Amino acid sequence: MADVMTTDAPTTDEAVEETDELLEADLLVEDVSIDGMCGVY
Amino acid sequence: MSAPRNVALVDHFAEGLDAPICITWELTYACNLACEHCLSSSGRRDPRELTTAEAKAVIDELAEMQVFYVNIGGGEPTIRPDFWELLDHAAERRVGVKFSTNGSRITPEAAARLAASDYVDVQISLDGATAEVNDAVRGEGTFATAIQAMEHLAAAGFAGFKVSVVCTRTNAHQLDELKAIADRYGAQLRLTRLRPSGRGADVWDELHPTAEQQRQIYEWLLRHGEDVLTGDSFFHLAAYGDPLPGLNLCGAGRVVCLIDPVGDVYACPFTIHDEFLAGNVRDPGGFAGVWRTSELFLDLRRPQSGGACESCSAWDACRGGCMAAKFFTGLPLDGPDPECVKGHGEAALAAVAAQGVEAPRPSVDHSKPQRTPVTIRTRPDRSCDESPLAGLDLSAHHPTPAGAP
Amino acid sequence: MTEPTSVLDRRLELAAQVSVRPERFGALLYHFGTRRLSFLKDPRLLAVVQALPDAGTPRAACEQVGVEPGSLRAFEAALARLLDTGMLQEVAA
Repeated sequence: MADVMTTDAPTTDEAVEETDELLEADLLVEDVSIDGMCGVY
Repeated sequence: MSAPRNVALVDHFAEGLDAPICITWELTYACNLACEHCLSSSGRRDPRELTTAEAKAVIDELAEMQVFYVNIGGGEPTIRPDFWELLDHAAERRVGVKFSTNGSRITPEAAARLAASDYVDVQISLDGATAEVNDAVRGEGTFATAIQAMEHLAAAGFAGFKVSVVCTRTNAHQLDELKAIADRYGAQLRLTRLRPSGRGADVWDELHPTAEQQRQIYEWLLRHGEDVLTGDSFFHLAAYGDPLPGLNLCGAGRVVCLIDPVGDVYACPFTIHDEFLAGNVRDPGGFAGVWRTSELFLDLRRPQSGGACESCSAWDACRGGCMAAKFFTGLPLDGPDPECVKGHGEAALAAVAAQGVEAPRPSVDHSKPQRTPVTIRTRPDRSCDESPLAGLDLSAHHPTPAGAP
Repeated sequence: MTEPTSVLDRRLELAAQVSVRPERFGALLYHFGTRRLSFLKDPRLLAVVQALPDAGTPRAACEQVGVEPGSLRAFEAALARLLDTGMLQEVAA
């Protein structure tokens, strides 16, 4: 399992991997107001 | 970037959800008012209205399907004698309710009762920050009525009720004042788009915001972010650049729909027309059967053709805009929204006008008798048969008195 | 340097005002208090949330559900978001 925190500066590969994972995580949950559905009073 | 995420959500909805996320339910076509732009052409009760028992059965179905939220409206829902009984039934079943009202029945007692409930939200309709602007559209005295309802709700400790405004040419300059009104009563402001639906078709040419105003509304909304609600009704404005908060897609038949007072199920409250009628809750399969199996809804859940719009740089953002706005202005559904921010809508409208194509009229009209064209022709200063408001100064307009049967 | 406890290791539960609706793509969560709707876009994430009462912590729930270690960071971020928006809350001591 990858370390959550590291005091070393990430290598380019690690940085790309981290960004990809964060983007993926961003996509696992999305939230919106219940008012945010079009077609409702 | 939000566009790719929304595309992913649309893909999920393309398979069809087993139940809507939330719905609009018009409880009655009866109304004590006669607003110029009424999307449901309300005024007179329909004798075929769902009975109390039938209405409770609908609530039971919604609970079973786990529909999270019902937006109750009309007409004026509070004038149904069983209104409070139905609210209680929904709360017991853990179905959230927000009802839309002109405020005429929000007495201090009603406000107290509402403030005590966790499952009921209230939305007061207001279309101007002053009586002059509001009453021209909603009727004499309606501004005062709405403000009084707000006072009662605030006094009862109901924090966060909604003040819902339809943006028009005449109130577009009053957004700050409207926000101030909502703030004063501890309410949340909601700005929504005027659609040419119901009686809205008759006043759309005069009342829909100009292109310049539309831009101003968009920028005002961007500045206020999540503080101001929109019901996702301005998703066509995502074509300007940053999308506004919300799903930013047409939810009709996909995540939302309308149940009307006689149990007819339409794609959304802005498409009350045979073309968008999916079925009736009295059908053998009930509401669930209509939602899951109606041809109309299955069709809406398939990828929609955008026609020429698909090659536009803004396509991913606006997806061709609002189906109802196109339908009721006589535009093809696979083309631009009449208020397309790039101006393609205006060109399309001109083409349609040049061909002499008539826009569809509502199939269902419960307006009070005074609203029909017959009356118009007897008045010399309203001789134009295109619009009952032609040549009329809205600020001096004295509409039909409230309370007429 | 003290590292803050990862959300994976806190005792979490669904907030009382949340309604959970399983879907083909994962789940819909609606919070009656905040009026926010959350889309869980992975059925395993729903399974993790549903396993919380039994497993105690998200990390244990992830193990129970069979989430592979490589996906843990994604799940951690997702759960942190759910905690942030009030869908999940810390279990009272």
